[in-house]
Amino acid sequence: MNYHWDWGVLFRSPYFVWILSGFGLTCLISVLAWGIALVVGSVVGVCRTLENRAARAMGTMYVELFRNIPLLVQLFLWFYVVPEVLPIAWGRYLTRGLPYAPFWTTVVGLGLYTAARVAEQVRSGIGAIPRGQREAALAVGFSLPQVYRYVLLPVGYRTIIPSLTSDFLGVFKNSSLALTLGVLELTATTRQIEDYTFQAFEPFTAATVLYALVTFTAMGVMRVLEGRGRIAGTLAIGGR
Amino acid sequence: MIEFSHVSKWYGTNQVLKECSLTIGKGEVVVICGPSGSGKSTLIRCINGLEPFQKGDVRVEGVSVAARGTNLGRLRTRIGMVFQAFELFPHMSVLRNIMLPQMKILGRGQTEAEAKATQLLARMGLSLHGAKYPAQLSGGQQQRVAIARALAMDPQAILFDEPTSALDPEMITEVLDVMVALAQEGMTMAVVTHEMGFASKVADRIVFMDAGVILEDTPKDTFFTAPRTERAQQFLSKILQH
Amino acid sequence: MFGNFDTQVLIKNHALLLNGMLISLELTAIAAVFGMVIGCVLAFMRLSRLLVVAWIATAYVNLLRSVPLILVIFWFYMLVPKVVGHPTGAFTSVMIAFVLFEAAYYCEIVRAGIAGIRRGQAQAGLALGFRPTQVMRYVILPQAIRTMVPVLLSQVIVMFQDTSLVYIVGVRDFLTAAEVVADTNNRPLELYTTVAVVFLAICLTASLLVARLRPRTAR
Repeated sequence: MNYHWDWGVLFRSPYFVWILSGFGLTCLISVLAWGIALVVGSVVGVCRTLENRAARAMGTMYVELFRNIPLLVQLFLWFYVVPEVLPIAWGRYLTRGLPYAPFWTTVVGLGLYTAARVAEQVRSGIGAIPRGQREAALAVGFSLPQVYRYVLLPVGYRTIIPSLTSDFLGVFKNSSLALTLGVLELTATTRQIEDYTFQAFEPFTAATVLYALVTFTAMGVMRVLEGRGRIAGTLAIGGR
Repeated sequence: MIEFSHVSKWYGTNQVLKECSLTIGKGEVVVICGPSGSGKSTLIRCINGLEPFQKGDVRVEGVSVAARGTNLGRLRTRIGMVFQAFELFPHMSVLRNIMLPQMKILGRGQTEAEAKATQLLARMGLSLHGAKYPAQLSGGQQQRVAIARALAMDPQAILFDEPTSALDPEMITEVLDVMVALAQEGMTMAVVTHEMGFASKVADRIVFMDAGVILEDTPKDTFFTAPRTERAQQFLSKILQH
Repeated sequence: MFGNFDTQVLIKNHALLLNGMLISLELTAIAAVFGMVIGCVLAFMRLSRLLVVAWIATAYVNLLRSVPLILVIFWFYMLVPKVVGHPTGAFTSVMIAFVLFEAAYYCEIVRAGIAGIRRGQAQAGLALGFRPTQVMRYVILPQAIRTMVPVLLSQVIVMFQDTSLVYIVGVRDFLTAAEVVADTNNRPLELYTTVAVVFLAICLTASLLVARLRPRTAR
């Protein structure tokens, strides 16, 4: 396999800056999408745990809809189909007026897609809490929102820290799909460097290392959070 | 038949067994009791090599458990074990639970294994349950099947690790009755339990442990009437209040 | 909203779309079968007593699970021709990428399945006198497989959705075929909606079927 190695290409300008900006975009997309995912996902997840049948049904429909369509197809829907389907003025804004449309499309699409997974985690986290906790809280006199706020959600979230971490890493990896819409995130940048310099190994390795580093860091953060969040006497949290 | 010589075991920095020495003779029934965490379960698990230990020696019929050349598989066929959580294999029927070890370990043929299994089930009063799966049986029934499974291997001795602790009170008697019958037939038994009624009926000796140390090792009558150590006295008074 | 839906474009190009779907299914099937085989091998490597073997498998699995599938596809798209010595076509590279990527995920599912069996079961098996390999064969694996199958099948459904990513290297799967038709006829609405509905129908049905396989929690 003859290949001309040139690790220096990573550090020459403008490639070095490209990698940095690509990584920065990846991080930005991930953080914004994760924010949406957490908020929307928590709402949907809570809906699925309510007594109200309609709420549960809507929650289930959301989850099944966003879980069974590939993320790439969802992005295409947001980018190409939604502007056509909306009232004309809105559609025109989305395709022509909105700055950085591919970026925002990815953020929203990725966020709502991941929200479905977060919803599932929240649902199982709350579901794992013994029924008696909810009943005891209601008996004391808490209103339902208060029951969720003071009893169910604090405990529920702690249990699902590992799964939420893995979902966040999923968001981070899925941000790479933005390249199909033209966003120059990390993976796109390495491809671009390959196009310009014919050096493929070095930029790909750089991207691999960066993704692996983020995963590693996230796992470390998760362990710290788990340790801090441990509640004595609950087997569900970090217990063996 | 079973000999402990100065056995010590550590979990990391925590010493769970401290210089334990004990002998169990053939045909003897030894009850091991003590507070939680005293090392009782760990002690009997050293006999069939389920728990390794760092110092001392355990010998079964003269064979050293921890020695490198020892065939642990063969040793384990001579020592049966009954667990607190029954540990029947849930994916097999009751009959198969009892037959499979005979066939795959002892090399018995299917007819022979089945005959033995049926005979043991009859002895336990469970003849009608052979085709059922463990989840369909009550706890007491499952534990009796577990004892049958151990007996099917024709062991020289049986270890019991808190066999009735996971049972509803009404089912404890049926299991203890089986164990009493076994003792009266002359089986060598090492039983970790809180059931002092059982102990007073069939035990030859009582061993009391606390914090990894064997504090008492006396004949049954002496233990109940005049335990030497204060710790044992405390323990007895609390237990016998029920 | 959907007033102007042009069904004609779908009917005229149905052959192209069906072909694309066949490619997607083919890719899924190959990746599932080979991925599972390699995944099982990796799982047993991770459980091995030989530290080197366990370490290699662990490193592989952790690495592949921390990078995006898109990057893996690009890696193999670039690497396979170089290693083989001559151009190999996108489909081959992509297939290898999928197999090796999914193997890491299958490994973890198998490993979790085996580790999920209570320790007492293994101890009971050993106490009877079974050798460790016999314990695995008669006690652990039969139980582990029962819990693993629904999760493995769910992963196949996930993989079916992942095949849409071959778009980036131009392999004519279902989505790419739809994109081609959408571009040539300027009908993105009709095509992408169809793609979404088809995926929804297939994946939803499949997950409902898999859900029926989940073992009822006895005990």
